[in-house]
Amino acid sequence: MSESAVPVSNANANATEKMASLVREAENLKTKLEEERQKLNDVNLSNIAERLEQIAYVNIKPRKVLKGHQAKVLCTDWSPDKRHIISSSQDGRLIIWDAFTTNKEHAVTMPTTWIMACAYAPSGNFVACGGLDNKVTVYPITSDEEMAAKKRTVGTHTSYMSCCIYPNSDQQILTGSGDSTCALWDVESGQLLQSFHGHSGDVMAIDLAPNETGNTFVSGSCDRMAFIWDMRSGHVVQSFEGHQSDVNSVKFHPCGDAIATGSDDSSCRLYDMRADREVAVFAKESIIFGVNSVDFSVSGRLLFAGYNDYTVNLWDTLKSERVCLLYGHENKVSCVQVSPDGTALSTGSWDYTIRVWA
Amino acid sequence: MVTMNSEADKTQATNASSAPAKQPAAATPAEPEAVTKVSATLAATPPAGTPTADCSSSSCSGNSSTDPLAAIPHRSDAATTTLTNGNNNVAFVENEATVAVTMVGGGSNPVGGVTTSPKAATAGASPKIAPATAATAVTAVATTTPAAPPAATAAVPPPAKTVNADATTSTTPSSSTAAASASAASTGSGKQSGASSGLLTVNANHHHHHHHQQSSSQSQSASQAQQQQQPPPSSSTTLAVPSASQQRGGKNEDAPNILVYKKMEAIIEKMQAETTGVAVRTVKAFMSKVPSVFTGADLVAWILKNFDVEDVTEALHFAHLLSSHGYIFPIDDHALTVKNDGTFYRFQTPYFWPSNCWEPENTDYAVYLCKRTMQNKTRLELADYEAENLAKLQKMFSRKWEFIFMQAESQSKVAKKRDKLERKVLDSQERAFWDVHRPMPGCVNTTEIDIKKAYRRGGSSHGTGSAGASLAKNPVEQLTRIIALRKQKLERRTIKVSKAAEALVAYYDQYNEFDYFITSPELPNPWQTDSTEMWDTEKNSKEVPVRRVKRWAFSLRELLNDAIGREQFTKFLEKEYSGENLKFWESVQEMKALPQSEIKEAIQKIWQEFLAPDAPCPVNVDSKSVELAREAVSSPNGPNRWCFDVAASHVYHLMKSDSYSRYLRSDMYKDYLNCSRKKIKSIPNLFGVKR
Repeated sequence: MSESAVPVSNANANATEKMASLVREAENLKTKLEEERQKLNDVNLSNIAERLEQIAYVNIKPRKVLKGHQAKVLCTDWSPDKRHIISSSQDGRLIIWDAFTTNKEHAVTMPTTWIMACAYAPSGNFVACGGLDNKVTVYPITSDEEMAAKKRTVGTHTSYMSCCIYPNSDQQILTGSGDSTCALWDVESGQLLQSFHGHSGDVMAIDLAPNETGNTFVSGSCDRMAFIWDMRSGHVVQSFEGHQSDVNSVKFHPCGDAIATGSDDSSCRLYDMRADREVAVFAKESIIFGVNSVDFSVSGRLLFAGYNDYTVNLWDTLKSERVCLLYGHENKVSCVQVSPDGTALSTGSWDYTIRVWA
Repeated sequence: MVTMNSEADKTQATNASSAPAKQPAAATPAEPEAVTKVSATLAATPPAGTPTADCSSSSCSGNSSTDPLAAIPHRSDAATTTLTNGNNNVAFVENEATVAVTMVGGGSNPVGGVTTSPKAATAGASPKIAPATAATAVTAVATTTPAAPPAATAAVPPPAKTVNADATTSTTPSSSTAAASASAASTGSGKQSGASSGLLTVNANHHHHHHHQQSSSQSQSASQAQQQQQPPPSSSTTLAVPSASQQRGGKNEDAPNILVYKKMEAIIEKMQAETTGVAVRTVKAFMSKVPSVFTGADLVAWILKNFDVEDVTEALHFAHLLSSHGYIFPIDDHALTVKNDGTFYRFQTPYFWPSNCWEPENTDYAVYLCKRTMQNKTRLELADYEAENLAKLQKMFSRKWEFIFMQAESQSKVAKKRDKLERKVLDSQERAFWDVHRPMPGCVNTTEIDIKKAYRRGGSSHGTGSAGASLAKNPVEQLTRIIALRKQKLERRTIKVSKAAEALVAYYDQYNEFDYFITSPELPNPWQTDSTEMWDTEKNSKEVPVRRVKRWAFSLRELLNDAIGREQFTKFLEKEYSGENLKFWESVQEMKALPQSEIKEAIQKIWQEFLAPDAPCPVNVDSKSVELAREAVSSPNGPNRWCFDVAASHVYHLMKSDSYSRYLRSDMYKDYLNCSRKKIKSIPNLFGVKR
């Protein structure tokens, strides 16, 4: 490791020197890395994409408005059945919607407000949620009113839980937290199966790799980095830097070989894992607000990004151009998600509503 | 004049907000809309004395025995903050009975606000120590308006000057009054404050999570309180506005919304550029003049010309955002938005910019509203919601209403001495400030911040003991990690960007017909047509759309992800007598999804069935993978759910390169594809395949 190269006899006296040398080493490595990567940076993605036709028009309109929360909507998740949506809000409620009819099917009041994250289990029979209570809690979806009574706390972080997903099984939950770690929990026992240390800032978002084994996931953090993790070892297998501020959102490209990020620096970026570098930046001078959430369309060509400026921008990921803007929300857009079959886009906002676009 | 906030109220407010540290929602700086906040605080306020009927009566009927100043002193941690961030222009006075912060000159332009808005800063002249002098200095620069930024440039202060005030009381007459005996203070200080105009006295007890932890440092605050004086911007002297958050003042650069504020301010600066900016003028109206305004149409045109916005809609939205954040405002409307017409707008003075991290208190709001009722001008008349807020505040602060009233009165007096046009501008800027911080019902409060960011930067009450927190405090370890990551990256074998780009484009080529935002689906999109036919057909496994079958050929993953595809492939493998590979792979995936309690048993079963020497259903795996699996299964710590991963991935690649490609070439797949093709043709296709 790096320290070995540095004399550490007088720890105190040498502390500054050590720091300086570490900073130097980090900088040197960065330069070297940039040189190495530059050698393989033979052409821009947008050049390769020149042969594609421009997306002149996307037929996307607001189709449904889900009203019922009494405070900011912080997170939503599509049910595997492609028409239900679960949403969590600052009002401390979890609502299960039939988005197609806009009916509320269940409303669960949580003991805490600020439910920052919620997720459907792959079976569609459970939901997990959590937030400022630092916990991830599982509720079975039952037809009676007993949902709240049947809840179970699965895991606890030492700071708020910012995001959660079920990794291909109802029996495990993967969470990210303000304590800067991610954790994989066994639902039944609440046992911590694996913890993921490495970020030096709050983890804001996680996403599971869409590959056949489902052993890797990506995390984005306030340390401005995105990490690819191996669930088996708990180690970082790949890291991406470049954002100038907090990474609020990460999503795997549907091919599983690239990720998109959204950041407070008001840009979205596309990182390719095979090339191990940033391959596109989606930004405009007139876009000055941060990005809260991103998601891909089925082909990976479109990236939907929800901004603090109340809009959703559609980016052509291959040509690095903005396709269009979706207006409608009256406050920050906190979450965007394409439905499982790719037919619709859901957006949640601080304006208390959830909208479905298609 | 002095804006004196009563301690009792402050203490209550502080308690109300800091006590529920365990109930974070209440302690969050991101509060719901004004009304909600008012009522919340109302609920947290202990029963007050009988509310006084109206403003004028309250001033004479002040009950000295229940005087709020008699309240228990609240331990403030602000001193610590000030010590570390010496630039906070706040002075502390601690008395046995009260804690008051006297802000000489009233201006609390946090560092960030001053340094980063250099040209436009109206932060006033050079620092003065004696408040009286400060007050004069203030009047001297009082003509500065945002419409005339150059005037302010002349008055840009030197870097904030910090003065250690051991005997603060002696240098600040107003606060000495505040420290006077409780019963007398209520009227006394009010009058005195009226006399010593130019002073803004606010309380140190800014609510924050740190209160409890840092109370021990309080003892220092009396002796070491730092007095940093900075004459205020002209506009602030008569305004019922509190100091910017002392807590956050120092952390200004780090505040959650600051990144956006800075970008907006850069744009505002461009807009105010003399020749290339938006044309600001004084419009002559019937019998009067409207100073320093521009029209919405001009603004939108300027944005269209100077920014890469697409159309008028986007330009308007952009303008709306600048307005709702309080940088520009309509001269006579509480709704902070922009219309693309001849409506007049004005620039906000930098002093009021949200980047100064204002967190105005309800008392300040009360003073402001109260003041408006005194100024007999139609343009200052309270809107309905403001009148309601005032009534609520009056109830809430009934015990100290005379204070509020007197502050309002003195502010109003000062205001009356001003030049008419200047007053118009200042009044509107003050109004716009409150429209940002106490927005009209139905308007967005743009000062609310993301709770996640607030917790990270604001306090440690939640994120304690975390790996990240300790990491962040240990720069050596942090750097070591970064170095390790970069080394890892250097060792990584990568492909050319062109290759990666080709792959991404190829993926799109393959999948674009399944991307319903780009290609219309075979059956109508349920969300667009309100018809669930698409979903119903999908559930009916007899008719598998051809597009779906085509997808099976994209990759083995696609085939296995589709239940019918997997079924077909299983049948094919059975015919080939190689079904055990898929069975093994599936068993491993299923095992991985099991609860921890069932893992051990499932692992044994898989081992016995597929890998053990005498397995009934042996899979064709290389000996190395088997050995790895054997080690894992018999590991002393017990097997884990990933113990067969190497073997499973070996089998997967075997299937992919061998059976899968044969399946795609098989008649079985071709027949199935043709079969569904025929069926699909029988279904009338309303949309066709559009590209």
